[in-house]
Amino acid sequence: MTDLGRVLVLAGGLSPEREVSLRSGRRLRDELERVGIDAELRDVDGSTLPTLAAARPDVVIPVLHGASGEDGTIREVLDLFGLPYVGAAPVACRAAFDKATAKATASAAGIATPPAVTLPREAFHDLGAAALIDRLVARLGLPLVVKPRAGGSAFGVSFVEEPGQLAEALMACFGYHDWALIERAVAGVEIAVGILDTGDGPVALPAVEIQPVSGVYDYAARYTPGATAFHIPARLGQDVLRAAAASAVTAHRVLGLRDLSRADFIIDTDGTAQFLEVNVAPGLTDTSTWPMALHAAGLDLAVACRDLAAAASRRLGSR
Amino acid sequence: MNRDQGTGGTEPTDRWWDSYAARASGMVASEVRALFAVASRPEIVSLAGGMPAVDALPLDAVASTVADLVTSRGPVALQYGSAQGDPELRARICDVMAMEGIADAHPDNVVVTVGSQQALDLLTRVFIDPGDVVLTEGPTYVTAINTFAAYQARVVHISMDNDGLVPDALRETLSRLAVEGARVKLLYTVPTFQNPAGITLTAPRRAEVLDICRRAGVLVVEDNPYGLLSFAGEPVRAMRADAPDDVVYLGSFSKTLAPGMRVGWALAPQPVAARLVLAAESAILSHSMFTQLAVERYLATQPWPEQIKAFREMYRDRRDAMLRTLAETMPPGTTWTRPEGGFFVWLTLPDGVDAKAMLPRAIAARVAYVPGTGFYADGSGRNAMRLSYCFPPPERIQDGVKRLADVLRAEILLRRTFVSHPATDFPRE
Repeated sequence: MTDLGRVLVLAGGLSPEREVSLRSGRRLRDELERVGIDAELRDVDGSTLPTLAAARPDVVIPVLHGASGEDGTIREVLDLFGLPYVGAAPVACRAAFDKATAKATASAAGIATPPAVTLPREAFHDLGAAALIDRLVARLGLPLVVKPRAGGSAFGVSFVEEPGQLAEALMACFGYHDWALIERAVAGVEIAVGILDTGDGPVALPAVEIQPVSGVYDYAARYTPGATAFHIPARLGQDVLRAAAASAVTAHRVLGLRDLSRADFIIDTDGTAQFLEVNVAPGLTDTSTWPMALHAAGLDLAVACRDLAAAASRRLGSR
Repeated sequence: MNRDQGTGGTEPTDRWWDSYAARASGMVASEVRALFAVASRPEIVSLAGGMPAVDALPLDAVASTVADLVTSRGPVALQYGSAQGDPELRARICDVMAMEGIADAHPDNVVVTVGSQQALDLLTRVFIDPGDVVLTEGPTYVTAINTFAAYQARVVHISMDNDGLVPDALRETLSRLAVEGARVKLLYTVPTFQNPAGITLTAPRRAEVLDICRRAGVLVVEDNPYGLLSFAGEPVRAMRADAPDDVVYLGSFSKTLAPGMRVGWALAPQPVAARLVLAAESAILSHSMFTQLAVERYLATQPWPEQIKAFREMYRDRRDAMLRTLAETMPPGTTWTRPEGGFFVWLTLPDGVDAKAMLPRAIAARVAYVPGTGFYADGSGRNAMRLSYCFPPPERIQDGVKRLADVLRAEILLRRTFVSHPATDFPRE
């Protein structure tokens, strides 16, 4: 065992990404144990708080995906309990988890991002869906991507090729969130850029190019092993890769993130990295890009997470 | 764009991707499965799964039965058995089927399987070539569809009404398929307290369906896991009782004892039974002797008919709670079936409401169901869902149905917001 003490991995919860989160959590727990760390995996439920109070872990690694995991809630609770944890503080999580805010923040920092409009379901009800849909198509053009304002794993995400598909896409989106982000779809190469900061500042990991066999990076493509080809580093020119890495680091900084994150981009036909979103608790499953990038950089998942946990522990001690 | 093809390495997440059989192409991760992972949490009222209420079993009696088995017949129970199954259990299975009117069942024609699901798999294996047609009710049992798909069968649905499968629709479908030159091999039916619709095929229609299939040379597969769970008390007479040469009957102890035992069976005409035994041997060599003998001993030593009576009463109370709350809470335009036994109610939603699209919102409201599309092979059933009342106690069922009604009202409002949108050709900026 190490001098890190007991590490608690929090996963699961009640978000649609529960299963993905549990897979991430199990993998992380196993990896940490492999390098001699006393790690425990715990689902988040009504017994979590009494457990935290009764048997305080030395450091917590939240790998909860989706709402309450990435919107700052669980970290706010950990702060309440005075427990050190890996990852961004609640206020930064809130900004990053909200795709509209993250895009606006990134754009203000000079990062390209596809034009988008963010609207609540009430707007369509109160103001009239027909007129709004017509205006959205007129303003943003086609094709479009409709996605929940917050959330991951492509839940509620639809591509819209024709105006007549937009209403259906919005209804699918509103199944997952009360706000929709309607974004101009950008053709190009999809990449994910992981960020790691173990104390010397955020460093971009090699960009992972995502090439779904079906052409669409949906839930099945993400979590069926083999359904997506991942190229590391992405098959792009060095100048493009450098620019994307710089944008990912900038997004991490301007959103106030810490320890780790993952930014997703489309490299458009001009070679510009178009920012889509950032994740504060990136997936750690066998088909997740953050651990792949770590591996490609010659780093070990367990060692990197151990270092992050140690940094989190020191951070609390220095407050 | 400047692409550098030379420097990329590929991270293999499944190096056998190109080796899988075509029949496995549909076996991929799905959003609905991910949502069901949430539904298993205790915070959610799950009206989704068809899990029997095994907590109502006398666990002390199960424990003593298993302990006695290990003490008295341990070396036999822990040894391989025959592919056909234990002879004593097969004899008891014949007694069980006699309760449903099957008086002529012989143990030699019974094949014990890993749940009736394996019997269905074996039957499909021995009868279906790729492209052969399996007729089923529409909707039908979801995992049967998956089994047929795994053997590359073509599933064709026959419509139902409140009296069950519609014979005229069956005739018309057979005529159409004959013109096409399709090879129709099986009619798969759950005629009693159907999964998922809760509907029971009436006696006159049973005779009619059997006659149609006999004339067409189509083997009837009668899947009957719920037959003994009749709320009226008397079991419904099985189709097999009146057509021993034309029906393969599938039975199970999963609903009347415990699904964890994984003991089901097929009763088949002798030549078919012989094929099933050989198929079982190649699939699993032999079923678990331990669970077979545990079930046999339980049936021999415990008051099992009384247990079934207790199950019937418990499930009837739960059915009543569901039907009562549906009537009290569901918005106009919603209809549902009224099962006389079994586990399920089929809910049909107002026009345009998509049960699958609504599921994440229902999960967020802490209630789960199974969207109707899962019970069709052709994408039908969007505005329908299966509700099960077998597992949650009545007060939880009431809570769940009330939550579902609220979610449905919100969904109807959402549909109204978008449904009349005309796709105009607005000039783009």
